[in-house]
Amino acid sequence: MTELTDEKIKELQLQANKIRQSIITMLLEAGSGHTAGPLGMADIFTALYFHILHHDPKNPKMEDRDRLVLSNGHICPVMYATMAHAGYFPVDELMTLRKFGSRLQGHPHREYLPMLETSSGPLGSGLSQAVGMALAERIDRGLSTNRYTYCLLSDGELNEGQIWEAAMFAGKNKLRNLIAFIDRNNIQIDGFTEDIMPLEPLADKWRAFNWHVIEIDGHNFEEIVDAVNKAKAIFEKPIIIIAHTIPGKDVPVFERKYEWHGKPPNKEEAAMALSKLRTLEGRIQSEHE
Amino acid sequence: MIDNTLNPSIFDKDVEQVPIRKGYGEGLLVAGEADVNVVALCADLTESTQTHLFAKKFPERFIQMGVAEQNLASVASGMAAMGKIPFITSYAMFSPGRNWEQIRTTICYNNRPVKIAGSHAGISVGPDGGTHQAIEDLAITRVIPNMVVLSPCDHIEAKKATIAAAQTKTPVYIRLARDKTPAITTKKTPFEIGKAQIFFSPEKGIAQIGIIATGALVHKALVVARDFSEKGIAVKVLNLSTIKPLDEEAIIALAKETGALVTVEEHQIRGGMGSAVAECITKHHPVPIEFVGVDDVFGQSGTPAELIEHYGMGEKSIASAVKKAIERKK
Repeated sequence: MTELTDEKIKELQLQANKIRQSIITMLLEAGSGHTAGPLGMADIFTALYFHILHHDPKNPKMEDRDRLVLSNGHICPVMYATMAHAGYFPVDELMTLRKFGSRLQGHPHREYLPMLETSSGPLGSGLSQAVGMALAERIDRGLSTNRYTYCLLSDGELNEGQIWEAAMFAGKNKLRNLIAFIDRNNIQIDGFTEDIMPLEPLADKWRAFNWHVIEIDGHNFEEIVDAVNKAKAIFEKPIIIIAHTIPGKDVPVFERKYEWHGKPPNKEEAAMALSKLRTLEGRIQSEHE
Repeated sequence: MIDNTLNPSIFDKDVEQVPIRKGYGEGLLVAGEADVNVVALCADLTESTQTHLFAKKFPERFIQMGVAEQNLASVASGMAAMGKIPFITSYAMFSPGRNWEQIRTTICYNNRPVKIAGSHAGISVGPDGGTHQAIEDLAITRVIPNMVVLSPCDHIEAKKATIAAAQTKTPVYIRLARDKTPAITTKKTPFEIGKAQIFFSPEKGIAQIGIIATGALVHKALVVARDFSEKGIAVKVLNLSTIKPLDEEAIIALAKETGALVTVEEHQIRGGMGSAVAECITKHHPVPIEFVGVDDVFGQSGTPAELIEHYGMGEKSIASAVKKAIERKK
């Protein structure tokens, strides 16, 4: 990881903005898919792919790469868009999302898009897979390994029992090379998480399972990067970063509305969203000048 | 007469009796010695699934998962993504029973070479009762793309199946039984994934009926075949230890020769090995088939012998199915 300069932060903000614009465009073209989660996670994905991860888009199978497991596969538009902008595949291909024959399946399938570490969609099983990767890594290269497995989880997904099986197991095995993010956006399909199935006190739950907990603003690049740096300094525990995010981020009419969990924008809504995002893009550029 | 590679004392009263799961434990040990990437994960049933042999020899490659079968399957998928060859063991009821979706998505959809050993499969689990008797496992595994499904007939074949499973690049389900059952095969008996083998054939001429059996019931099928041959009815017995990919060639050849089949399995009739045979036969060479298996009910507590008799999988039931199938040829 290089130093996070002001210049770099601006670059990341602009990149995240571009990714958000791609998300809107590809969802409009697809005619189905999820809007709120992908917009909310654009900053974390940008920070990971453009600053944090040890990876090489031109050599996706690079032996000593970090692994990234997206557990809540339904937010894949943000992963596809980020990967395309990072150079894994052409940005134009984003327009094939959810179409017949596309490598960009409605939920990620690694046999279609081989640069993915795994397939996902059915909630709750990504953390276990990340745990398996981190454990295999430790068997092969020992406790001092500097290869990390990152896992991205949603908060609604924590309703699944399997998450807590994995949490117990990772705590037992002190998987210090496992860094998981929770997209704490407080919404799931049927409503607000605390109405559907309360998760709080969420940080205490993870502490009780012997994880090291870090809470951040999931839209602040300094906090995201700082949290990962702190995570790497912890030796005895797996790390969970509870990232507080705004679902639908940067498109005010989508923000914090669970109704936008699982639907795409129509033509007018997409035009409005893109106009908001372009205005913001101009503001980021001028603010830093 | 029995195939000359089989155990010659197969019909003796004091034939050697060993649990099929024991062969799994021994095979896993051999696989672990042959390849450092083999790891074993177990959900709190280390000794009864015979994983303890591996755990003792390779403690650094044995992973205790606790009673958490969903995590068991998906952690294995993650390890396989890193180049490991994970064997996951529990009772068949819980793996692939409880964790079916994790097996489907994280293992098979990803096409990861995870080997799933389901011990205590079948009704012969006995006194534990219906909750623990996995009689649906062949149906739910053979329906998943990329999956190979093995159902060895004794501990020796189970050992070979386990070693062979470690060498394949795909997910594999290995069905294992708890109870002691007769040693049918020997070291000399060939084993290859996807190949069925004739275990019993007439002294001369063609057979009038073909029995296709899998798992521990292969022994009963052989006893029935011998009894019929002594009465002058020519029978062939095919040991179908790979349920998927199905050895269609061997099954079609048997149907063509005999004109009628009986399938024998310790599993629900619906969706099991007999169904797989029927799917093949109706397409390629339709002949009457009688199905011996559990007929759409759950099991209960009892001794394995009582349960096999009660649920219609004993020698008398197999014999009566043979008669019916021959009758239906007319």
